[in-house]
Amino acid sequence: MTSCPECEADVPVDNDLETGEIILCEECGAELEVISEDPLELALAPDEEEDWGE
Amino acid sequence: MLVGVLCSRIRIEEKLLFEALKAQGMAYEKLDDRTLIFDLHDPAPFRKYDLILERAINHSRAQYALHMLNNWGIKTVNTAHTAHVCGDKLLTTQALRQHNLPVPRNLVAFTPESALDAIEQLGYPVVLKPCVGSWGRLVAKINDRQAAEAVLEHKQILGSYHHSIYYIQEYVDKPGYDIRSFVVGDETICAIYRTSDHWITNTALGGKASNCPVTPEIDALSRAAAKAVGGGMLAVDLLETPDGLWVNEVNYTMEFRNSIDTTGVDIPRKMVEYIRQEASA
Repeated sequence: MTSCPECEADVPVDNDLETGEIILCEECGAELEVISEDPLELALAPDEEEDWGE
Repeated sequence: MLVGVLCSRIRIEEKLLFEALKAQGMAYEKLDDRTLIFDLHDPAPFRKYDLILERAINHSRAQYALHMLNNWGIKTVNTAHTAHVCGDKLLTTQALRQHNLPVPRNLVAFTPESALDAIEQLGYPVVLKPCVGSWGRLVAKINDRQAAEAVLEHKQILGSYHHSIYYIQEYVDKPGYDIRSFVVGDETICAIYRTSDHWITNTALGGKASNCPVTPEIDALSRAAAKAVGGGMLAVDLLETPDGLWVNEVNYTMEFRNSIDTTGVDIPRKMVEYIRQEASA
């Protein structure tokens, strides 16, 4: 469990999270990026850019 | 064997690829494009990789990184050439036409005035797409002259410079779905129908995936389209028309999360097998 950097709600997390992975805060809906696995740190994910895609 | 994985945002696809790499005993390192520095005079930091797998979410970063790597002689999947062609719809269409593959009719214009003329030449409705873009973003179906004038004005005033390249496509009245096939090397490994009530059927916009049997026509056209854009691991979007299948787009950093259970094909395993083959070649 860690807290959302946007709303400070508790965010449940899986053990297999990867740096760079995106999770959602169920409380405020913010997209959060895992910026460190150990210790676990979350930050607001970057906004979608115009050249994003597949 | 050491594989570098060029990426930033880790999607489900990247996690599945990491698992498949581990399952096949292949070591990998993530190369976060947000922190990488390329010294144009010194490729040494990248020489340790037998191959670099491109999974960047930004087309511009992917394109430049692949160009630098390939110019240094470092193998990548996909190649800079394939990314260059697939990342730009105009170039994709041109490559497909050069190989005599069936595509919707397209016109290109450089000003709002000539774009309006081009739209009226094609006849309503038409589809206006940015040359660079994905997930159905900023794709507009234009049903009449008033809508055309409005969209063209918005693009002129609000758009960045590349929105002044007007890529105008004939509207193809799909039967409620299109087909996405997955080509890995010289094999069409599977395909899905993407079904939606909306005229845009991208799964990123809610289109539903279901299995599409790979017919000889889908197989031949998909492989030919992949070859036309430079080959590699590619997702080919096909349109079903009364005149047969047409190729709409080809994607070079394919997303496949909705297509593994749907088709029963282990797509990441197939991709990693191809990576191993290319790295060893």
